[in-house]
Amino acid sequence: MTKEAIIKEFEAIAGADNVMTGETDRHAYSYDAAVLDSVMPALVVRPTTSEALGAVTKLCNDNGLPLTVRGAGTNLSGGTIPHPGGVVVLTNGLNRILEINEADMYAVVEPGVVTAQFAAEVAKRGLFYPPDPGSQAVSTLGGNVAENAGGLRGLKYGVTKDYVMGMEFWDVNGELIKSGSRTVKCVTGYNLAGLMVASEGTLGVFDKIILKLIPPAKAAKSMMAVFPSMKAASETVASIIANKIVPATLEMMDNFTIRTVENFRGAGLPVDAAALLLIEVDGHPGQVADEAAVVERICKENGATELHVAKDAAERDAVWQARRDALPALANLKPTCVLEDATVPRSKIPAMIEALEEIAKKLDLTIGTFGHAGDGNLHPTILTDKRDKAEWERVEKGIDMIFDKALSMGGTLSGEHGIGLAKSKYLAQETSKGTLAYARRMKSVLDPKGILNPDKIVGAE
Amino acid sequence: MADIHKLAQMFKELDDQLVGCMRCGMCQAVCPIFKLSGKETDVTRGKLALLDGLASEMLTDPEGVNEKLNRCLLCGTCQANCPSGVSVMDIFLKARAIMTGYFGLSPAKKAIFRGLLKNPKLFNALTEMGAKFQGIFTKKVDDMLGSSCARFNAPIIADRHFNTLASKPFHKIVPELDTPAGASGLRVAFYVGCVIDKIYPQVGEAILKVLKHHGVGVYLPAGQACCGIPVLSSGDTDTFDTLVGMNVDRLKDGEFDYLVTGCASCTSTIKELWPHMYKGDSSRTYDIGVLARKTMDISQFLVDILKVEPKELAGGKSVTYHDPCHLKNSLGITAQPRTLIKAAGCDFKEMTDAGTCCGCGGSFNIAHYELSKEIGSRKADNIIASKASVAATSCPACMLQITDMLSQKGADMSVKHVIELYADSL
Repeated sequence: MTKEAIIKEFEAIAGADNVMTGETDRHAYSYDAAVLDSVMPALVVRPTTSEALGAVTKLCNDNGLPLTVRGAGTNLSGGTIPHPGGVVVLTNGLNRILEINEADMYAVVEPGVVTAQFAAEVAKRGLFYPPDPGSQAVSTLGGNVAENAGGLRGLKYGVTKDYVMGMEFWDVNGELIKSGSRTVKCVTGYNLAGLMVASEGTLGVFDKIILKLIPPAKAAKSMMAVFPSMKAASETVASIIANKIVPATLEMMDNFTIRTVENFRGAGLPVDAAALLLIEVDGHPGQVADEAAVVERICKENGATELHVAKDAAERDAVWQARRDALPALANLKPTCVLEDATVPRSKIPAMIEALEEIAKKLDLTIGTFGHAGDGNLHPTILTDKRDKAEWERVEKGIDMIFDKALSMGGTLSGEHGIGLAKSKYLAQETSKGTLAYARRMKSVLDPKGILNPDKIVGAE
Repeated sequence: MADIHKLAQMFKELDDQLVGCMRCGMCQAVCPIFKLSGKETDVTRGKLALLDGLASEMLTDPEGVNEKLNRCLLCGTCQANCPSGVSVMDIFLKARAIMTGYFGLSPAKKAIFRGLLKNPKLFNALTEMGAKFQGIFTKKVDDMLGSSCARFNAPIIADRHFNTLASKPFHKIVPELDTPAGASGLRVAFYVGCVIDKIYPQVGEAILKVLKHHGVGVYLPAGQACCGIPVLSSGDTDTFDTLVGMNVDRLKDGEFDYLVTGCASCTSTIKELWPHMYKGDSSRTYDIGVLARKTMDISQFLVDILKVEPKELAGGKSVTYHDPCHLKNSLGITAQPRTLIKAAGCDFKEMTDAGTCCGCGGSFNIAHYELSKEIGSRKADNIIASKASVAATSCPACMLQITDMLSQKGADMSVKHVIELYADSL
């Protein structure tokens, strides 16, 4: 088919208003939140019905057109950067919450539903959807599932994959594939829904997602503990878990981040502190009181110099505001901000922090570190200016070193941001050559023409 | 027309500011236009990427970029919520100036900006004549809202319900004033602004009544010109410089402690854009700085300086309040107007999303009426749902838009400036 004929076909499926071919429109979908070069797609299409989504997928396959699905485009690993000359399929026209079932505690959603809006709808019905990625105000549930997004509550409540009960998705032939169920237990067939989680749009196009909901905790208590060294803070983290307490949230900030946040907000953070832990325990009121007391004791035993327990909602908000400010405050310092998510086993946090400091010193880079200490998911944030060629080369080297270090400690390339384009080159290093070959074989069977988000995760052959 | 390479060079000057956007996309959560269209070109991240694309000569369609750039209310909500602290408004105003330099100003805008706004006497004379004859072209729709609509098919008016030009503009009621400080010991300069002068003179009268009540002396020089925001948002920096110059020359000789206005847009323009964007005769720079520092929204002056306090017993009419973008996003003023409503003894009812844009956006309303209306319609729904009998705000442009929207929905309520409510209570 000629280009014009294909465009006509897309228009017939999705409506002329939902097919964008102009230069400016295409340019606006050439990037995501990753610090990578942008790539212009040939076409952007925005299906608004399930059938149209399936038909668009089939049309792309029939014509061998690379297809990249995009929700809000907040991806930090380049998973939503299109293939040159490919098609971007927007899901924000598929944004209906189809069902919230209070009796059976699940919900059925279309992929374009915004995470925070969904969580709010669920909360209105007295239920709880825990995954809370930092971008939840705009990120979509389809994107969360495709990336297996995490968040601040990962330690106790798990991440997106722990809430996916089932899924319907389109294969490249335009067949609707169903997996999982509205029931808690379901072992019908392969766990294809599980396979779709973190597949980053390389194996199918999500149509509907069934998500597990849980009852919210009845009470919560937040506190901020100040430490004279990162070592003391990370030992505290290990000790809290060793005492069989799993806080809902357990976050850490290094001195550089503390000072930056304080400059940004002026909320009275201790700028001399080497490290801060922000801790929240939740559950039944009695349990919360008990656990908070134990956490307080452990913090003091590990040398916390100060401990603030939030007395009310306003103080609790202030604790979490400090954490929410970490990224914006760092981002304000320099034009380019490379936010990594190298993750190590909890016990290795002190060693990882030390390694990050060494890398920063060795390469003369500015790295602020904060993150989800409770689950070992750190966010070393490299501050730079991409236009400074010499420094950028050192940044790239630094990133390599960070992943080398994390992997050597038994860690992983990505706690929650995904592999995408940015980290596909390290994949075999964490897994094995055989694993990569297995994954590529699987993809080649499910997607023989290689149209589904090419180059992501398993890289270019 | 300059060549595209030259245009790219001009946009390169914005490079240091553009590079601050880390493409996180959080602006999608707050942009009123993105909320409607879901298109990346309608949200700030997309627009900044387009400007960046022009600067790096990746794009070849400046006309297309210009069209997207103008699909923006300049409400500033994205900037107020940007994690990286990108100066979005500054970038957009500069970009519009570059675009206007490249494409030139449309003949209609040229006639209005350079012919009329630069010439306040002619502007006044024409609007006065318009006020006399407007009855021929318009008919009343809603007495409570004071709205009218077009009598005949008129493309510019479309199906708007609008407040007509006042039969007697404010500058005819009070041409000038210079009164001594009273009990307060303070004197203020009063900057009237076009919309209050020509459409809502009663707001100007209310401000004078309140100032008199509190014993505040007033310096009101004749011949004030437009504050310049309409021309600046259309990229006409030359006319902007002329208008700022005219106003500064009128105001600088008065002796006063503060400069007050009843218009959110004028306040933020004088306070933030005069010192920042004025590139005219540098001998005025000092006076511009002094004026900017002295400038205050009227409710801010009453509450922060004169310490007006809420009345304890509210038994009056129920009032809700819409935050104008230029007060909330640019200047962070949200508490004082609410305090003033309570000081007027009104029963205050907070509406949902009081801080989201009403969709007016000045000339945006003219160029993109359908979008403007859709955004405004949601605002009107929230106002109606508050069950208040009065929709109050602090910006006469918002008053026009809200009146249009409420009138089209046949809502049984009135639209007032907060200062009118307070003046009525004295």
